[in-house]
Amino acid sequence: MPLYFDHAATTPLHPKALESMMPFLTDNYANPSSAYTPAREARKAIDHARQTVANAIGANPEEIFFTSSGTEADNWAIKGALEASKGKHIITSTAEHHAVYYTCRHLEKLGVEVTYVPVDKEGFISPIDVKAAIRPDTALISIIMANNEVGTIQPIASIGDLGVPLHTDAVQAVGHIPVDVNNLKVDSLSLSAHKFYGPKGIGALYIRKGTPIASMLQGGAQERGRRSGTENVAGIVGLAAALEASIGTIPHEQVRLTKLRDKLINEILSNIPHAALNGPKDNRLPGNVNVSFRFIEGESLLLHLDMQGCHASTGSACSSGALEPSHVLTAMGISHELTNGAIRFSLGKDTIEEDISKLMTILTKSVTRLRELSPLYDDYIKKEGVSWNTLKK
Amino acid sequence: MEYTEKVMDHFMNPRNVGEMEDASGVGTVGNASCGDIMRVFLKIENNIVIDATFKTFGCGAAVATSSMATEMVKGKTIQEALTITNKAVMEALDGLPAVKAHCSTLAEEALRAALWDYAQKNGIEIPGLEEPKEHSH
Repeated sequence: MPLYFDHAATTPLHPKALESMMPFLTDNYANPSSAYTPAREARKAIDHARQTVANAIGANPEEIFFTSSGTEADNWAIKGALEASKGKHIITSTAEHHAVYYTCRHLEKLGVEVTYVPVDKEGFISPIDVKAAIRPDTALISIIMANNEVGTIQPIASIGDLGVPLHTDAVQAVGHIPVDVNNLKVDSLSLSAHKFYGPKGIGALYIRKGTPIASMLQGGAQERGRRSGTENVAGIVGLAAALEASIGTIPHEQVRLTKLRDKLINEILSNIPHAALNGPKDNRLPGNVNVSFRFIEGESLLLHLDMQGCHASTGSACSSGALEPSHVLTAMGISHELTNGAIRFSLGKDTIEEDISKLMTILTKSVTRLRELSPLYDDYIKKEGVSWNTLKK
Repeated sequence: MEYTEKVMDHFMNPRNVGEMEDASGVGTVGNASCGDIMRVFLKIENNIVIDATFKTFGCGAAVATSSMATEMVKGKTIQEALTITNKAVMEALDGLPAVKAHCSTLAEEALRAALWDYAQKNGIEIPGLEEPKEHSH
């Protein structure tokens, strides 16, 4: 069994989700828009799923629109809000998921003006900055609810009543921490099934009743004409089943995972020299650990871990002739050297305490080996005049 | 993106790792802000590279190309060493993913930088070898 520490990338399918999906992957292949019995059953299943999702986030079912992904939901929320308003300005942050970040960058090329409010060294935006960025032509504020790389949970409720429509990408939050659209005071919210033990290829956008957002796709007028395309019945049903299962375990899982998370953070910081935690200690997703190891590069550490059956993730990617450091870590003011050595371990429902010990053994060994390879480490030792043995400890 | 078996072998079991106390030439290329840093140590006697070691900060491909390049240069004359190109290193590793091709360039540059250092220290000129450029990825 591999040690899976990449739940923020995706999660295994919940058995209840699979069970709920099976009828719509096998016998019932009817198009929910058709007018015969199996089609009506599929329609009923979608309606039921919509109600489940609405209940989970404190919304009404007519405010839930299924999409192909969290990315689609983000694109829709932003582009749809612009199209439906006279505004030409968006406020977002420097630490968004790529789905929001690159959507905004793309819109800039089309003439939209974007204000990227900064984040502090732990990844938090300041509601004061958001308020100060508002202009008469601001069409939308879009701020991520919980950061996918460092787990920072933003004070969304504090920017919910600024008189400008507010979207939040809650892809990392839904199913893991309590999410209520009314407490958050948001007008739209994106979620994605595979982040909470649902299937891939299905997400949803919550749109508060009365919020002007243009339709995403034109066609057969599915999703009340707002998002055409024959419904992914199995996906929708699986999303709802997974969400229902996850929501039920939040009170317990939040406590359990926070304990495991802090255990891993503490063990890394106390056993591996020159390691630094990225992101906050509190107001952090229960399953998120992001650590930088000085003198080594993230991808080589990931490969090492992979070869020993441990799966994690890195914020940087050595892709096109230069390392592309994570824009999130960079926005937090973390040095290039440390962003290069950043690794994310994301815990989930199957992570147990024993996994943390196993990971620590592998991680300590790998970091030591890669530092033995590192010219930066040599330079450091020479500069500091310290010996290998004291550092290995 | 996938690494070949040879790349993984040279990454997990890198050959010739270490600093060389009595190196004839040392070359460091890359910088912390671009990501990869390669440092190659060469021991040269009677115009022949009798030993080569390296230290590398970088991705899997960077480590594997350093390991392979030091393997390839050992036993070569200085003139032969100059013929070790990034392409030759890549081929010896059964290829690299396209996005990682620059890592092999770094290996070629590190070898040449070490040879340049050797030439400088000994006041000799190696035909076909130019002063290493400041690295800018």
